[in-house]
Amino acid sequence: MAEFDWLFFTEVLIGGLLSGVMYSLVAIGFVLIYKTSGVLNFSQGALLLFAALTFVSLVEKGVPFAAAFAITFAAMVVIGVAIERTVLRPLTNKPPITLFMATLGLSYIIEGAAQLIWGTQVHGLDLGIEDIPFDVGGVFISQFDIFAAVVAASMVGALSAFFRYTRIGLGFRAVADDQFAALAVGLKLPWIWASVWAAAGLVALVAGLLWGARLGVQFSLSLVVLKALPVLVLGGFDSILGAIVGGLLVGASEKLAEVYIGDYFGGGIEGWFAYVVALAFLLIRPSGLFGQKLVERV
Amino acid sequence: MTLYTKIRAAAFAAGIGLAAIAAPALADEQHFPLQSYRVGPYAAGGTGFFGGFIDYLNLINTRDGGVNGVKLTWSEAETQYEVERGVEAYERLKSNQGIAAWNPLSVGIAYAMIDRITQDKVPLITINHGRTDSTDGRVFPYVFPLLLNPYSETSGIVNYIASKEGGLESLKGKKIVVLYHGSPYGKETIPIYELLAEKYGFELQQIEVPHPGNEQQSQWLTIRRAKPDYVVLRGWGVMNPVALKTAAKTGFPVDHIIGNVWSNSEEDVIPAGDAAKGYTAITTQASGAEYPVVKEIVKTVYDAGKGNLEDKNRIGSVYHNLGIVNGILNVEAVRIAQEKFGKRTLTGDEVRWGFEHLQLDPARVEALGAKDLFHSINVTWDNHEGNGYVTFQQWDGKKWNVVSDWIAPDWALLRPIIEKSSEAYAAEKGIKLRTAEDAEAATN
Repeated sequence: MAEFDWLFFTEVLIGGLLSGVMYSLVAIGFVLIYKTSGVLNFSQGALLLFAALTFVSLVEKGVPFAAAFAITFAAMVVIGVAIERTVLRPLTNKPPITLFMATLGLSYIIEGAAQLIWGTQVHGLDLGIEDIPFDVGGVFISQFDIFAAVVAASMVGALSAFFRYTRIGLGFRAVADDQFAALAVGLKLPWIWASVWAAAGLVALVAGLLWGARLGVQFSLSLVVLKALPVLVLGGFDSILGAIVGGLLVGASEKLAEVYIGDYFGGGIEGWFAYVVALAFLLIRPSGLFGQKLVERV
Repeated sequence: MTLYTKIRAAAFAAGIGLAAIAAPALADEQHFPLQSYRVGPYAAGGTGFFGGFIDYLNLINTRDGGVNGVKLTWSEAETQYEVERGVEAYERLKSNQGIAAWNPLSVGIAYAMIDRITQDKVPLITINHGRTDSTDGRVFPYVFPLLLNPYSETSGIVNYIASKEGGLESLKGKKIVVLYHGSPYGKETIPIYELLAEKYGFELQQIEVPHPGNEQQSQWLTIRRAKPDYVVLRGWGVMNPVALKTAAKTGFPVDHIIGNVWSNSEEDVIPAGDAAKGYTAITTQASGAEYPVVKEIVKTVYDAGKGNLEDKNRIGSVYHNLGIVNGILNVEAVRIAQEKFGKRTLTGDEVRWGFEHLQLDPARVEALGAKDLFHSINVTWDNHEGNGYVTFQQWDGKKWNVVSDWIAPDWALLRPIIEKSSEAYAAEKGIKLRTAEDAEAATN
């Protein structure tokens, strides 16, 4: 019997964990919206595409990196506020499925608008991070993936601090806990929703740049939401920490499954394996690892 | 008859008369319905290909006044590369008069149309793609995988690798990994790679990448462990740049990756940045704007403000040139059919006859302004591919450079395999094999 190759296993595991971080980046955008408004924002992928496409198009027109980032962020804030005003506010108190369908429709509108404004051409995006692997005891580790992991960790840290220590962040949490109570104490719900959509826009921008540098900036960027959904099921829809842990679990499990059991199923299983894991988890722990358990009196 | 009825009848008759006077005589027009995709995940390919096709039709109309006076027209319906939309577009567009041929540039849509177009007797062109056994015109009278079917592509790639290694006999003991898109398109060549591996004695591993292919870490780590001599990339869309980037990330040399015909465009390499430098891919048509026909398109169509591409920098790109070549083949089929049936609007079946006599040797290709853009084609009633030659191009970070001569796939080896498959299809569907005599007759 051939000896088990632990070095290779480690390499696959690390590669999977680092891929998982990329999934988490997308999932965080979902969590922000869900946490404060209870809406599963299906348009997060489209926002990510819009942000990346806007940024790269500006850079290609000669706008400096920092200015392009600022302009794109401003555009994402405007979009966030517009969504709140024109879509969410009129649908306040409607069932969650109505809001979900609204975001589904939004995703098509944003995707269409992105291509209408910036065209359908595929763009390369160079963030100046070399993607040459470095060798750690025979295990190749991607510099770019390490950079992405650091960005994700910084973002989680910043968001956690924001929620815990700032007045607006506390407002977000209050709204997340109980919208009616938050209203009763004088919090302005529309303003908080608009702010949180702007924050989700920032997350979409960062995730869009990292994914765009990986895939190229093209329509397929909007499909990365499909990677975020099992992450949310595993980690919980309303937990930023859950998004990170869920991402790591999904990334590692799908890569290990592809390499070690993929051949038994004819290969190419990682696309659906994450959903099998998520489904199994859903049966055991419906609210996810870190999600808030909801108890309703009927 | 009451006075009212008389007045109404007179008015009706006058109306008909006026309409007859007002309506122009039905002009001789040949129509191309286009199930294009200009938005969605594959829009970059769609805009390039359909842009090139329309640019060529425009050139023929503007420069020559059509084909022997028959104006070329077209209409577009957006499919986003989705099969159901493609079929819906087919149903919507098929009422156009004088349809010459369908060109959906989608394996899925083409598969869904085969029975329909066979019933309608209108050619279906699947340039460089489609089902391999539709090469056999005995079974598929209206389907034309022009220039290159997937098996010929496979043979061309293996022959190229062999040429780099010192001949086909040098393939013995080599290891080749095929990284394929997890779709019917990607899986189409699995059996032929197995057969060629057995014939030439190379070790083969075929690895699937799930659609859309935006994650390939595990596949490339598996490749790194397998240590192949070459990786054949049979990708599509986002899968291609991700493959090149992940290869670099896992330390696999890019100059040992050979792309297939749907992994050979600028859109596949530009997003990969430096990771794509040195990557080689097969093609049936060269890229670049230096060919006379492309220059004429620029002069006659773009300078007149009628160009189809929004971004003029894409003129001469791989997909744009493929669209132009596709335009040449469609137009020449109409021209050839006109020689037999008359210089008028032709039926689909008459254009089918034209495609089955589409023989453009290098001299004719040169006369069409396409010397070195593509090699030649020799379609017959039973060979609907037409023995297209292939060449290989390498990306230098800015443009593709041709790095091989025109290479012939091993058609003699492939033909019996194709016939076996098409005959099985015919038996399953109860199709009677067509003869040369059957093919000569065309419905008008």
